[in-house]
Amino acid sequence: MAMLEVIKLGISFGGLRAVDDLSMKIEEGALVGLIGPNGAGKTTVFNMLTGVYRPTDGGIRLDNQNLIGKKPHDICKLGVARTFQNIRLFQKLTVLDNVKVALHNQVTYNLFESMVHLGSYRKKEKEMDRRALEILKVFDLDHEAGNLAANLPYGKQRKLEIARALATNPKLLLLDEPAAGMNPNETGELMDTIRLVREKYGVTILLIEHDMKLVQGICEYLYVLNFGKLLAEGTPKEVLNDPAVIKAYLGD
Amino acid sequence: MKQSKNMLAGRRDSIISYGIVIIAFVAVQLMILTGNISSSLKGQLVPICAYVVMAVSLNLTVGILGELSLGHAGFMSVGAFAGIVATTSLADAIPLAPLRLAVAMVIGAICAAIAGVIVGVPVLRLKGDYLAIVTLAFGEIIKNIVNVLYIGLDENGLHFSLVNQTFQLAEGGEMIINGPMGVSGVEKISSFTSGFVLILITLFVILNLIHSRTGRAIMSVRDNKIAAESIGISATRYKLLAFVISAAFAGMAGTLYAMNFSTVTATKFDFNTSILILVFVVLGGLGNIWGSIIAAALLTILPEVLRAVNDYRMLIYAILLIVMMIFNNSGIKTRLMEKRAARRAAKQASKEGI
Amino acid sequence: MTFLSYLINGISLGSVYAIIALGYTMVYGIAKMLNFAHGDVIMVGAYISFCSTSYLGLSPLLSVVLAVIVCTVLGIVIEGLAYKPLRQAPALAVLITAIGVSYFLQNAALLIWGSSSKTFSSVVGDWSVKLFDGQLNITGVTIVTVLACVVIMAGLTLFTNKTRVGTAMRAVSEDKGAAQLMGISVNRTISITFAIGSGLAAIAGVLLCSAYPMLMPTTGSMPGIKAFTAAVFGGIGSIPGAMVGGILLGIIEIFAKAYISTQLSDAIVFAVLIIVLLVKPDGLLGKHVSEKV
Repeated sequence: MAMLEVIKLGISFGGLRAVDDLSMKIEEGALVGLIGPNGAGKTTVFNMLTGVYRPTDGGIRLDNQNLIGKKPHDICKLGVARTFQNIRLFQKLTVLDNVKVALHNQVTYNLFESMVHLGSYRKKEKEMDRRALEILKVFDLDHEAGNLAANLPYGKQRKLEIARALATNPKLLLLDEPAAGMNPNETGELMDTIRLVREKYGVTILLIEHDMKLVQGICEYLYVLNFGKLLAEGTPKEVLNDPAVIKAYLGD
Repeated sequence: MKQSKNMLAGRRDSIISYGIVIIAFVAVQLMILTGNISSSLKGQLVPICAYVVMAVSLNLTVGILGELSLGHAGFMSVGAFAGIVATTSLADAIPLAPLRLAVAMVIGAICAAIAGVIVGVPVLRLKGDYLAIVTLAFGEIIKNIVNVLYIGLDENGLHFSLVNQTFQLAEGGEMIINGPMGVSGVEKISSFTSGFVLILITLFVILNLIHSRTGRAIMSVRDNKIAAESIGISATRYKLLAFVISAAFAGMAGTLYAMNFSTVTATKFDFNTSILILVFVVLGGLGNIWGSIIAAALLTILPEVLRAVNDYRMLIYAILLIVMMIFNNSGIKTRLMEKRAARRAAKQASKEGI
Repeated sequence: MTFLSYLINGISLGSVYAIIALGYTMVYGIAKMLNFAHGDVIMVGAYISFCSTSYLGLSPLLSVVLAVIVCTVLGIVIEGLAYKPLRQAPALAVLITAIGVSYFLQNAALLIWGSSSKTFSSVVGDWSVKLFDGQLNITGVTIVTVLACVVIMAGLTLFTNKTRVGTAMRAVSEDKGAAQLMGISVNRTISITFAIGSGLAAIAGVLLCSAYPMLMPTTGSMPGIKAFTAAVFGGIGSIPGAMVGGILLGIIEIFAKAYISTQLSDAIVFAVLIIVLLVKPDGLLGKHVSEKV
C-alpha cells in the first residue's frame, strides 16, 4: 500500500487544462522528484495535494484517506507539509517564531492560558522553544533565531521554510524548487541537509526541482510532467535518458 | 545569546506600555491633588482612557491581524448602549457603582463580541479594501439601527422596538433609549480610576495574547495567509478570533465612555470616530501597542491644547496629521536617520583614531 | 405613477453618485488609493458656485465653469502636495493622509464660509416638465443631472479608450512600472486623473446642491461615502461599474426611503452593498484577480 496515491488527477482553469490524468504512487520513506519544463503544472500538483486548489477530477489518498475537498490546514494536520516556489515566510516574525508557529498543533494550550499566561503556558512555551531550536540547529539556523525572517539572506530563507514545514511533524514533505537561486556549493549542502532530514525525521519527500544535479543526486524515482500530462516515470537514469523527456526539455 | 534580541524587544514593549500608563496615571493623580489640572483636561480624562482602549483594541485588528477596519466605532456604540441598559436595569440590584460599572462593561463586551461575530463572519471572507469598505458599511448600519432603537424599562421588564415606539410603559417606567434622541440622564459612574483599570486589563490581555501561540497564529495569517494554512493554522478561525476580541474591548471602552456623559446619542459613534481611532493606530505605529497609547492620549489632548487658537485648531490638527504622515513615510525620515547615523559613525571613527 | 416618480428621483440621485463615484474609481484604478477627501472637493465646488452667483453675480453656467476650474486646480494641488510624496508609502499611510486632507478642506470651509448652512439656489432654474396630465412632475434639475451623467460617462469612455492620455491612464492602472518603461510619465498621468476626478466632483457638487439645497462644510462627506460605496458596488476601478453602481445605489436609497423607512434607508443601502460583495467579492463589474501560489 503506497503512502500517497494520486489517481487520475486533473484540474481546469476556465478552458485551460493545467493538469490532466496524472497518477502517482509514492511509498513511505521514498524520495521522489517531480520534474518537467516550466509551466508543466508541477506547482499546480502541489497546490492540489495541499488543498490550495480543488481538483476538477481524480483522487488523492494519503494512507488511504481521501484528501479531496479538505481545507489546507486540515491536510497539514493529516501530515502533509510544503515549501513554496516563491518563498512565503512570516516576514515580520523572528526566525524562532516562524518555527514556533508551525508547532501550533504539536504543542498546545488554550485561549485562556494565552490571554493570562497562566497554567501550562510557561512550560509549553519552553517546550516549543526547545523543539524549535532543535530543528533550527539541523539547518544551522539556531544562531539566527532572534532575527527577523525578512532579514535573512536568500539561501537561509529557503532553509527556514523547510525547517518550518518540518516543525509540523509531517509524514509527507513537499519541496517546491528548494535549490532555486542557489550556487553549486549551496546546492551540495542542501542535498546533504535533505538526506539528513529524511533519515532523522523519517519523512517521505516529494520535490520539484530544475537542478538536474540535485535530482540525480538524491531522488530515487522521478515523475516527468509536460503540458500537464505525465510524460515518463522511473529511476532517474531511465527517465533522463528517455528521448521523449530530452525532447520535452530541449525542444526538437 | 544573540537570539534573544528581538524576543527581549517584545518584552521591552510590554514594559514600556505598562510603564507609560502607570506613570501617566500617577502624574494625573498628583495634578488633581495639587489642583494643577485645567477643568477641560479633567473632563477629557475618561474619554482619553476610552480612546486608549479603542486604539489598543483596533491595533489588534489592524496591526496584529493586518486587516483594515473602518467601523470600530460601531462596536463602541454597541458597548455603550448595552452598558447603559445594563446599568439602568441593575441600578437596584447592584447599588455599588464601581461594581455596577464592571458588570455593565462585561455585558457591553459580550454584546459587542456578538456584534463582532455577526460582522466578522461575512466580512473576513473579503480582502483588503473591500474588507475595509464593508466594515465601514457595518459601522454605519449599527449607527442607523441604534438611532431608531427604543428601549424602555418598567416593572414588567425591558421593552424593545425599532423605528417607532410601539410599547407603552407602565406607570413609573422609564425610557432608556429614546430613538434618535438617544439617552439622557445617564448616571455618570465612570471615573478616571475605572478607566485606568480598564486600560491595564486591556493591555494585560492583548499583550499576553500577542506573545502566545494564539498571537503568533494571528500574525502568521497577517504575514502570509497561504503559508499559515500550509502549517495547519485555520486562517478563518484566527481572523475571527482577533476581530471578536478586538470588538469586545471596543465594547468595554464604549461602556466606559457612555457612563461619563449624561446624554449619549448614536451619532457620537459614527464613521468619523472610527477614523479618529484609526489615525491613533497608524500614527502610533501598526502593531506598536505603546505607540497607540501615546497617540490616542496626545491626539485627544491636542485640540484642547490648541484651544488658544480656537478657530484654527482643527485646521492645524489636519495640517499636523498630513505633515506627520508625509514625514513618517516619504523617505524624509529615513534620509535624516541615515545622515544622523553617518555623523555618529564618523564621530566614532575619529574617536577611535582611525 | 408614484412608483415612476420615485424611480426617476432615484435615477437622478444615482446620477450624482455616479459622477462622484467616477472620480473615486478613476483615482483608485490609477493611484490604488482610497481618496477620502474626494467628497469634500464636492463641497468646495458647490461653495464656489454658490459664492460666484450670490456675491459676484455670475450667471449659473459661468459659476459652474468657475467651480470646475477651481476644483480641478485644487485636485492637482492636493495630489502634488499631499499624495505625491507618498507614492512608495504603505496604502494605510496614504489613506490617513487623505483623511487629513478631508479634515483640512472641511475646516477651511468652516473658517471661510461658517458653520450655518447656505441655501443653494438651483443652477438649472425652477422649471419642470409635467407628463400624464400633470400626474408626473419631472424637475429641470432631474433632467439636467441625468443628461450630465450620460454625457460625462460617454465622454470619459471615449477619452480613456481613444486618446493618448486615456491610453496612458489605462497603462498606468495596469502596471505602473511597465508604463514608466514605455515612456509614460506616471506622475503626470496621476495628476491628470486627479484633475479630471476633481473637475467632475465640482459638477456633482453643483448638481447635488441644486437638488438638495442645504450647503454646509460637511455636505460632501455622506454623499462622498455613499459614492465610494457605489464605486465598490460596481467594481472599483471600473468606469461603467461606477455608473451602474451609482445609479443602482440612488434607486435603492430612494425606494428604501419611500417604501421602508426614511431613517433606515442608509442602513438598507449599506446592507445591499454587503450582500452584493459577499456574492460577488469584486463588485458587479469588477475584474477578478486571484493570488498566484
